[in-house]
Amino acid sequence: MNREKKRKMEGVIALALSTLAAAVGLFWLVFILGDVLVHGIGALHPNLFLNDPVPAGIEGGGLRNAFVGQLLITAYATLIGVPIGVLGGTFLAEYARRTRFARVISVLADIIVSVPSIVIGTFIYALLVRPIGHFSGWAGAVALSLIMVPVVLRTTEDMLSMVPWTLREAAFALGAPYYKVIIQVVYRGAATGILTGVLLSIARVAGETAPLMFTSFNNNFFSWDMNGPVASLTVTIFQYAMGPYESWHAQAWAASFVITLFILMLTILGRLILKWRFKR
Amino acid sequence: MPKKNPLDLTFSLVTGVASFSIIVIIIGIFWVLVRESSPAINKFGIMRFLTSTEWDPVKEAFGAATSIYGTFVTTTLALVIAVPAAIGIAIFVTEVAPNFLKGPIGMAIELLAAIPSIIYGMWGLFTLAPLMSRYIEPALQGTVGRLPMLAFLFRGTPLGIDILTASIILSIMIIPFTASIARDSFNLTPPMVKESAYAVGATQWEVVKNVVLPYSKLGVFGGVVLSLGRALGETMAVAFVLGNNHRIATSLFDAAATITVTLANEFTEADKDIYLSSLFYLALVLFVLSFITLALAKLFLIRAERKFSR
Repeated sequence: MNREKKRKMEGVIALALSTLAAAVGLFWLVFILGDVLVHGIGALHPNLFLNDPVPAGIEGGGLRNAFVGQLLITAYATLIGVPIGVLGGTFLAEYARRTRFARVISVLADIIVSVPSIVIGTFIYALLVRPIGHFSGWAGAVALSLIMVPVVLRTTEDMLSMVPWTLREAAFALGAPYYKVIIQVVYRGAATGILTGVLLSIARVAGETAPLMFTSFNNNFFSWDMNGPVASLTVTIFQYAMGPYESWHAQAWAASFVITLFILMLTILGRLILKWRFKR
Repeated sequence: MPKKNPLDLTFSLVTGVASFSIIVIIIGIFWVLVRESSPAINKFGIMRFLTSTEWDPVKEAFGAATSIYGTFVTTTLALVIAVPAAIGIAIFVTEVAPNFLKGPIGMAIELLAAIPSIIYGMWGLFTLAPLMSRYIEPALQGTVGRLPMLAFLFRGTPLGIDILTASIILSIMIIPFTASIARDSFNLTPPMVKESAYAVGATQWEVVKNVVLPYSKLGVFGGVVLSLGRALGETMAVAFVLGNNHRIATSLFDAAATITVTLANEFTEADKDIYLSSLFYLALVLFVLSFITLALAKLFLIRAERKFSR
């Protein structure tokens, strides 16, 4: 074989392999999502949302407590995490713009975004569960909010940095103090981006299991009480999937389906907004 | 700059405190974990804890070696599987795919990253593990397992709840991280340089191999280290399919334990103070390990970016 042909062959083989890699990646996605879809839809039933768990063997149990618990914990985590994240990001992008402090904090935030979430769970256990003496929904919400803060902080910083500086100068020229410029001009310009960051951070924490296992724990009964243990979908999925009963497994699949659907929709929505807003 | 007024000062203080929360979180985690694990640190020391393979709640003797070993083996294996696939995907998305496919395929791969890890775990337990134990693992035993050099890797009854299954799930989870960072690094290659290579007659693959890859190697390497950092701390995806077996396993078909799996299974069951303290010690080891790994990854990525902004 001459050299020309060999080079061409090599190229075809290498690029075919890369196509294969992409196909394999897509294959896993379809396999996992398809599996969750098939098992999950089969097990979906109105009872799942309307009833609380019943002892195994009795028909008609549901996971109402876990759905409500998950919403409670995620909502409170958002209420705690988002303001801190947005305000922190504001400081980095505005008052501390281009300082070493801002650079260090955003690098550290990037690092703790990926710190194992189970470590956060043990941290909150030592901080909020053991001293009080019992598991609580608040501890779960705080654990999730700690995961949210760096995510929201970094997106806010990026989004605010994208607002043109001249816009601020225009507002300064009218005599507005900086805080007013930030709140009335910069936030308005970056609102879509920040909102998207919040959506994506909710998607990120809604599927977290590890930080909840030692904090909000689990609860077989319906409860609004954030001072006591609160059930969450993810911890319930873990418990039910590891359990011995077929009916538990079916409910775990159904819950997985609902939570996956919710998270994927949030993620896709977030990405679409970003694409639509920042089309260059 | 407008002159300071009191409300402005207040707002800057409030936002400053909020941004400081990042440092508070990091130092807080480290300090609390050290405080909680100090009984175990005092009792077992540092080197002895890290190297002892004993994990016996009854005798109250704890060592981290089995968990660290499990973490190391599963993440290494996962990286070995994931990195070539991820680079292949990145090459496909940046170079091979027609334009109308680039967006959707990139998005699909990123959706893999959005699926919560507990879903991976459940899928692994109910779908992948039976497939592994019924078809793939016996097939491996019958072929590569016959080679005398490699037989020790494939010993034992293939149950599907083992290191190999856990590593495969872990590799599927980290492919998207590696692939999307590799893609971003590839895209940083100046088009001018690529076009020059095409102009002297290079094939598409030669451009990738001799121009794009050398240009982006720092970024790709950063992405790989970042994936390693993520894989170290992954809990739910492996908790379902690894068993929780504290021993140094040599076969890919053995159950094992990672730091995260040990924590997930034993943390709420620890009945003695020294037991709980040892678990906090494990969490501390994991925190330090992943923090260093992630910091290194960030360092590489920053360097890679700087190279191009010049």
